[in-house]
Amino acid sequence: MAITEEIRAKYKPVIGLEIHAQMLTRSKAYSNDKNEYGSAPNTNVSVITLGHPGTLPRMNRKTIDFAIRMGIACDCKISELQHFARKNYFYPDLPKGYQITQDTTPICTGGSVLIKDENGNEKRVGLTRIHMEEDAGKSIHDIDPFNTLIDLNRAGVPLIEIVSEPDITSSQQAYNYVTEVRKLVRYLDICDGNMEEGSLRCDANISVMLKDAKEFGVKVEVKNMNSMRNVQRAIEYEIERQIEAIEKGEKLVQETRNFNALNGTTTAMRSKEAANDYRYFPEPDLQPIRVTQQHVQKIREAMPPLPNFLHTKYTTELGLSEYDAGVITDQKEIALYFEEIIRYTKNYKAAANWVMGDIKSHLNAKALDITELKLSPNHVAELISLIDSGKLSHSLASQKVFPEMLKADESPLKIAESNNWIQTSDEGEIKKLIAAVIAENPSEIARYRAGETKLMGFIMGQLMKKSAGKADPKSAGKLLTEMLSEN
Amino acid sequence: MYHSFDEIKAALDHGTSVESITKHYLKRIDEKKHLNAFLEVFADSALAQAKRVDEKLKNNTAGRLAGVVIGLKDNLAYKDHKVSASSKILEGFVSLYTATAVERLIAEDAVIIGRLNCDEFAMGSSNENSAFGNVLNPHNEKMVPGGSSGGSAVAVAAGLCTASLGTDTGGSIRQPASFTGTIGFKPTYGRVSRYGLLAYASSFDQIGPFANTVKDVALLTEIMAGKDEFDSTLLQEDSKNFLPAFDTTRKLKIAYIKDCIESEGIDPEIRSRIFEIIEKLRSLGHTVNAVDFPYLNQMIPTYYVLTTAEASSNYARYDGVHYGYHSSNAEGVEDTYKKSRSEGFGEEVKRRIMLGTFVLSHGYYDAYYTKGQKVRRVIQNKTKEILTNHDFIILPTTPTTAFEIGANVADPITMYLQDIFTVQANLSGNPAISLPLGNHSNGLPFGIQAMGKHFDEAGLLSFSDYLMSNCK
Repeated sequence: MAITEEIRAKYKPVIGLEIHAQMLTRSKAYSNDKNEYGSAPNTNVSVITLGHPGTLPRMNRKTIDFAIRMGIACDCKISELQHFARKNYFYPDLPKGYQITQDTTPICTGGSVLIKDENGNEKRVGLTRIHMEEDAGKSIHDIDPFNTLIDLNRAGVPLIEIVSEPDITSSQQAYNYVTEVRKLVRYLDICDGNMEEGSLRCDANISVMLKDAKEFGVKVEVKNMNSMRNVQRAIEYEIERQIEAIEKGEKLVQETRNFNALNGTTTAMRSKEAANDYRYFPEPDLQPIRVTQQHVQKIREAMPPLPNFLHTKYTTELGLSEYDAGVITDQKEIALYFEEIIRYTKNYKAAANWVMGDIKSHLNAKALDITELKLSPNHVAELISLIDSGKLSHSLASQKVFPEMLKADESPLKIAESNNWIQTSDEGEIKKLIAAVIAENPSEIARYRAGETKLMGFIMGQLMKKSAGKADPKSAGKLLTEMLSEN
Repeated sequence: MYHSFDEIKAALDHGTSVESITKHYLKRIDEKKHLNAFLEVFADSALAQAKRVDEKLKNNTAGRLAGVVIGLKDNLAYKDHKVSASSKILEGFVSLYTATAVERLIAEDAVIIGRLNCDEFAMGSSNENSAFGNVLNPHNEKMVPGGSSGGSAVAVAAGLCTASLGTDTGGSIRQPASFTGTIGFKPTYGRVSRYGLLAYASSFDQIGPFANTVKDVALLTEIMAGKDEFDSTLLQEDSKNFLPAFDTTRKLKIAYIKDCIESEGIDPEIRSRIFEIIEKLRSLGHTVNAVDFPYLNQMIPTYYVLTTAEASSNYARYDGVHYGYHSSNAEGVEDTYKKSRSEGFGEEVKRRIMLGTFVLSHGYYDAYYTKGQKVRRVIQNKTKEILTNHDFIILPTTPTTAFEIGANVADPITMYLQDIFTVQANLSGNPAISLPLGNHSNGLPFGIQAMGKHFDEAGLLSFSDYLMSNCK
């Protein structure tokens, strides 16, 4: 596709996203069946999940609580009375022939998600609504060559659908928005945010309009983008496709398109006319459920810290850089670990560096999650204070003490002491060592004194070797220079 | 023949075993096979149950329904037994669980003897919509037994079991009770758990009993009622005594709906019987007032708009893919749906699915469904208003006595009008009972209906008992 920057600049993309997030409740939305990914097919299914004749839905109140958490995090209005509706359509992995959802009265309305735009400026993406619904089962087409197989373990798993306003104006913003929503649901512990496994799914409504136009362009819905990068790619492709079509004078149609990750394009799935009439109507099997203000307040009080709050705290109160704050808050567990460390040390920058440096590399090397890390945050803080007080050199801390800490999660002071690694800044002690080095390397000393200053490195190395790394390099360097110039 | 639980109890006291009572009914069912009331007799499991109850009786640990033999309408789930809602679409389907109401009867040691014929998915007023043939009215075998719980009514009327369960969405218990001379009771919506009832219209359906005495009806309802975590539309309250003694010093205020009794289609003998009862009640010192109910013409259309809407969605699960009938002529999913459903459902069910799909369709929803909901609210409010000023409403159960098999088959509208006096209680959710207080000169029985306040089963049933003893 070839549209010039100039043409592209005439248009404004208008994008709204619908994100489905699977809730991490222990049981399903309307039954006691286990909500568990990866179980053997069709094992988490009772007569309710199977939609057997005569069964009725049983509301799992945890779903409501989880949706409220998200609503509070996004500053939405929480509805008092939860009405449910049926969305009717036939599909083999939908055992009841309808999905229980919320139609005209979603649990959350309004609110917004704070993101960064492509220039790094803050932007609020408004939310239309968040509502609760149940997932369908899974149709598996690629195991049996002749039949489609159905796994109903996922049927009835609670979902929230987060519908944004058409406030997003670029694929980068869309990417940032999905990233932010994913981060939020993970911080809130309501969804694991795994797009590849489908626990977080995103559909996009995309149109383009001339910048001075009054009316929106024709809206296209794009589905099947199973990673954040694909959301961005699909939207980018779709924007260009639409602009190109308009520039060519072609008429766009309102339709649903499928994203193909292999070649990065979208193809038409069905037109608006061919779309299902879902015949929504109030679910007669579920009484409306009342959510009291007190209940919302209780959930509000138990809310974990949110990424934006921590980010602001880190860049202002703690004086960390935007970059550092971003890396640390990117994953809730890392942020919580960092929070623990800084309970024991005021050297925030050093704490950030340890987390982003040695700790992260260790996790990466061992393919571990930070929750699996057996390293007490107070020991990390202790290590920082050993360095700050000059008792341990940074390199010794990083190369010797830290690996020992990973083995046994012991106090770094104890490790350093028992290995005789505590460094000394005692002048008399260091001077003795320097004298010994001078005595043992007469020719190098002579050459240095004759002006061959690059030998300083060698001499310093000899000194550190002699001290077994225990001499505080700063004071050792100073004393060495002094003694060498003494003659 | 055992007419009531008391007679069963007397027999047990005289040394009869539950097993022999069960065998008596099995024999009786076999003798009356031509009535086509039972779709399946659970002889083996019933006799096994009976033996267990006999053991319990010996140990003095038997429940309140020991010796009582009960038939289930074929739309109630009973674990490891077939259930088909008299439809081909559930061919071969065996339930994996037991309906809450049935489970509670079994827990009180009732013996479940079989499943009873009914209109397919409880849609009908004559039992002529069953995929398994008509049920004959034992009072006159040319006549229909009413419906949809026709088999349940006939089973009690013909002494094929001590009591039976039916379900009532628009009159499906009370109308066949009227046609067969039995007592049929629809409790308040939300009184008996619907878990395990194969839904027709979820916001209307209620399970209720058929029996020969009010006392038996009350005990069965009391046992089935009460909170159940599996039905969120239920009143989550413990069940209580549903048959307190009638306070004879109490003077009641009773309403009768003028529009019903004056309506054109009503049989004159039924009308005059109502007036006779009204006079009798007045002579006993009660006040009986005529009240207006100007929504009679809106009742049936509202009922059909709303029930078919719910049904169209409730029946989506019968798709030929997961269980039950699967068309062998189908290729691919779409074709499986179309052929399995076309071949599996009967005409009336298909008619109502189409109607319900239509009223929920985009562009028609407000004109039909929303409006139907509004009218339902108006009817609810009016019923509530009447029952705020009165203790009970009395009215006929049916405009006529049982009609001939085949008489109304070609005309669904006339058939739908069968429910004209019964749908009110389903639209409003109130409890209502049909009492066999009428005997027509044509030799057929008919029922008189009483309706009570929401969740006042106790009041309505003790009033019913009073009517049965004073207005026979």
